[in-house]
Amino acid sequence: MSDIALAPVAESPAQIRHARRLSAGARCAMPVAVLLGIGFLAPLVAIFGYAFATPRSFDVFRSFTLENFATLFDPANTVWVSFVWSCGLALTTVAILAVLAYPIAYGLNMVFGRWSAFISVLFVFPLFVSENVRLYGWVLFYIKNGVLDGTLKWLGLPGGPEVLFTPGITLFGMVYTYLPFMLFPMTLGLALVPRDLVDAARDLGAGRLFIWREIELPLAMPGILIGMLLTFVLAIGATAEAKILGGQSIIVISHDIEIAFTYSQNWPLGSAMAVVVTFFIAGLTLFALSKLDLDRMLGRR
Amino acid sequence: MTGKRMSALIWIWTLFVVVAIYLPILCGALASFNKSRYFGFPIKVYSTEWWAKTVDSIEIGMIVKTSISVALLVTLFSVVIATFGALAFARYDWKGRRLYQKLILLPIFFPQPVLGLAMLLGFNAVGIQTSWMTAVFAHMVWIVPVVTLVIAIQVYGFDPSLEEAAFDLGCSRLQVFREVTLPLLWPGIWSGMLFAFLLSWSNFPLSLYTTGADSTIPEWLYAKMVAGYTPMVPALGTMATLGAAALLLTGGLVGMLVRRRAAA
Repeated sequence: MSDIALAPVAESPAQIRHARRLSAGARCAMPVAVLLGIGFLAPLVAIFGYAFATPRSFDVFRSFTLENFATLFDPANTVWVSFVWSCGLALTTVAILAVLAYPIAYGLNMVFGRWSAFISVLFVFPLFVSENVRLYGWVLFYIKNGVLDGTLKWLGLPGGPEVLFTPGITLFGMVYTYLPFMLFPMTLGLALVPRDLVDAARDLGAGRLFIWREIELPLAMPGILIGMLLTFVLAIGATAEAKILGGQSIIVISHDIEIAFTYSQNWPLGSAMAVVVTFFIAGLTLFALSKLDLDRMLGRR
Repeated sequence: MTGKRMSALIWIWTLFVVVAIYLPILCGALASFNKSRYFGFPIKVYSTEWWAKTVDSIEIGMIVKTSISVALLVTLFSVVIATFGALAFARYDWKGRRLYQKLILLPIFFPQPVLGLAMLLGFNAVGIQTSWMTAVFAHMVWIVPVVTLVIAIQVYGFDPSLEEAAFDLGCSRLQVFREVTLPLLWPGIWSGMLFAFLLSWSNFPLSLYTTGADSTIPEWLYAKMVAGYTPMVPALGTMATLGAAALLLTGGLVGMLVRRRAAA
């Protein structure tokens, strides 16, 4: 009898492999972890260090002062205006993109059929063209005597509207640049909606609007939320749109940070701004990600 | 509204957005064929003069070489690291996985201009002179997480029992990896490689702060857009776009062949 009682102690090959597999995951994650530790966390620590250094100095980690943050939150300072502009533009971008991308995401899942893959590629490709080039293309389109203005005049019309270098065109540029970042998570999200559930609801006599509100939208929500979060965060950090298209008619927060580092050589102040933005973004991102099941989203399990 | 009418509307809307997406790229291509130095539309005299000048320029030759070197190295390193990263992301059940899945997304969600500046500070703090080689590292910080996700999607469709069967038949760990794991993941790895190269090729915000005295194509274009415009800007921009398109096309074709062979 005693040898039977002892039997479970000897591990079967499967159990040994299982124990080994636990560590295999960690080992596979190692290179990524090291890269992000050195390349992502360490620079953030450096920025954090600089944020508490004496203003207009380079003595990182040797002095500690809250002066930079005091400057930031001083009402006389215009940094908060940039921050409000960035947030406002980002929120508007998200709202517009949600409405603009939804029909396309729906189409990719339910309407386009075998064309879906090709249309997806059409939307992916612009990501591989430098943002500068694409935004500059819009300048060529909207500029006086440009493609729009010139075509209208050639047709004998009074010419195009002067939209360049306004806050509106900055918003337009952001919507344009971040479309794929809304579209693809949204498409993934809609792919999670079981088709037979929709069919069943329809068979039971549910209307189109009812199905959309009660089934499609809630089940696609994780993807839609990721898309909204991604576009919001990227739009907060956007600079090129305001610079190239907006002609700096409005100053966004990333531009303020950049100026502090380059032109005014006030690294500690720039760092303090970056720290505020970072905390804002990291808080938002981690909060949103904690609500999502990535295995289900990506693996469609 | 009937289903057919809605489908038609969705088609029209999508095509409209696609046209809008490619409109500025097309405008750039048009501008590069304009003979006069300043852009005006309709174009009076077309010429390929600026294309020729761009191809002949020694400065641009160097910049293209830098861009290619950066993108190639980024692709090589990223794909190796990200393949293991994707296995950890999707294949294995390990203790820190949930946390790891979330932390790896942070760099993607992080504004790149701020990330570039942070890295510049980091390099500065440890006394590393920035050059195109530091840019390779900087690109990887952002591209490895993206490529990890791309490959992870392939890993999710992977059947672990195939690996176990190979183990049971007496294969060594390395043999299993080479004969089973790698071929099964190859389509994902291939798309990961394309993504890595193309994203590095077009990256501006990270390059701006981390290339030091060296310059990549997007940086050069930006510098010329801001000051000293020449029609070489749209010409080089269009060439870079065409290069990316050609790569994506051949990459897609090879990927399709790989998939077809894997399915056979």
